[in-house]
Amino acid sequence: MTLKLFTLLLEAALKTLGISLVSIAIGFVIAMLLSAAIQSGKSIYLLPARLFISFFRGVPLLVQLLLIYTLLPVIGINVPGIVAAIVGLSLCTAAYQAENLRGGFASVPRGLVEAADVAGFNGIQTFLRIRAPIALRLTFPALVNEAIMILKASSLVSVVGIIEITKMAQDLASSTYMPIPIFASAALIYFVINSAIALLGGYAEKSLKGASA
Amino acid sequence: MSVPAITIRKLVKRFGETTVLQDIDLEIPEGKVSCLIGPSGSGKSTLLRCLAFLEESTSGMITINGEALGFFEDANGKRERLPAAQIRAVRAKTGMVFQQFNLWPHMTALGNVSEALKIVRKVPKAEAEERAMTQLRKVGLENRAGHYPSQLSGGQQQRVAIARALALEPKIMLFDEPTSALDPELTGEVLNVMRDLAAEGMTMVVVTHEIGFAASVGQQISFLDHGRLLFSGPPAEIFAKPRHPRLEQFLDTYLDRGASMLA
Repeated sequence: MTLKLFTLLLEAALKTLGISLVSIAIGFVIAMLLSAAIQSGKSIYLLPARLFISFFRGVPLLVQLLLIYTLLPVIGINVPGIVAAIVGLSLCTAAYQAENLRGGFASVPRGLVEAADVAGFNGIQTFLRIRAPIALRLTFPALVNEAIMILKASSLVSVVGIIEITKMAQDLASSTYMPIPIFASAALIYFVINSAIALLGGYAEKSLKGASA
Repeated sequence: MSVPAITIRKLVKRFGETTVLQDIDLEIPEGKVSCLIGPSGSGKSTLLRCLAFLEESTSGMITINGEALGFFEDANGKRERLPAAQIRAVRAKTGMVFQQFNLWPHMTALGNVSEALKIVRKVPKAEAEERAMTQLRKVGLENRAGHYPSQLSGGQQQRVAIARALALEPKIMLFDEPTSALDPELTGEVLNVMRDLAAEGMTMVVVTHEIGFAASVGQQISFLDHGRLLFSGPPAEIFAKPRHPRLEQFLDTYLDRGASMLA
């Protein structure tokens, strides 16, 4: 196992990290929109949101990625693999994050919403200023968990031609005949990244708690 | 005789099959403290929540400063829901204080008090915070402005909640059992703030179990039982003997809770 091989793995790790973080962020925005649709209680928003969540939770991510990668060119959208990868991961994590948030929204005490109501807030103001921030605080540990799950699931994006850590490790293993040190290194890199996410998440959770619990 | 602050006419509230309020007729005088008392389940909190439009009445009408709240009902009982903007405008005349304080946990005391000024009234941040500080000073908590609700005692939280309602400059303050969630030693500070407010001439409607407070600060006492308003009048009249047997029975349960002076 040479330094050169390890450097190649680290470069691939940056790709894994970049794709995952961007997808989690986009997924979070979509999840909030889905939550707004569900919380509105109006079936014209609610039903499509429910359908979206059921679909992206119910179909394997691998199939979603292959579908997006093959479907988009057919309908005239030619996208590089990295875009297909981010789209697939974002939509998938959005569905899971929306489900996590749903529990958070259900746990926002009714009285806090009534207090906004009597103060003259409209539905959107109450959502943005009261319900969403409180729901996010209540579900933050689940969000960190989801970030870790997505980082690991990102190994699947190799099917749309992205050379991320796992794919790089496979390629290097087959060309160098040193599978064990290479896969061990890949495992170590995943472990270090996810530990860092867990640690940062823990800090963020604590500072949120200091401001609310 | 001035226009009453609130007029309640033939108000009925049903939850499904259960009638919670039956034909309530009541006028709340302006600039006075009006206390709603009665046993648990008598409907007094529901009545107050109807005044805040947190509950929508089933029939009957409420007017605030002469303007219909939520629904307009003509003499034949034909009912019409008013436009949302009008409902909002009438609701803005009232401020509400809850039993459980309901402060927003992710905002400081100052944030709680200034939030609606910024978001709803579109007051610039600096001015909103200055006005919020004025209200916090009024309830004696200017030095707790940067504290989150979790860092405040129950009594302090309720005072912040009062400041939050006052910041929007309501004409009428509604209090829903404001001291029921507090330890006995903390109720005093909240009742004192309410006494100051009453002394300034604020119109107040107070649902309370503090019979002592009702007797000493209240200028109109209304007694509800099983969803009906049994009677309403000045405390001297209500608490004078001989009393209505139902009120006598109710007061008996409060003799050791600050109402012994009425025995």
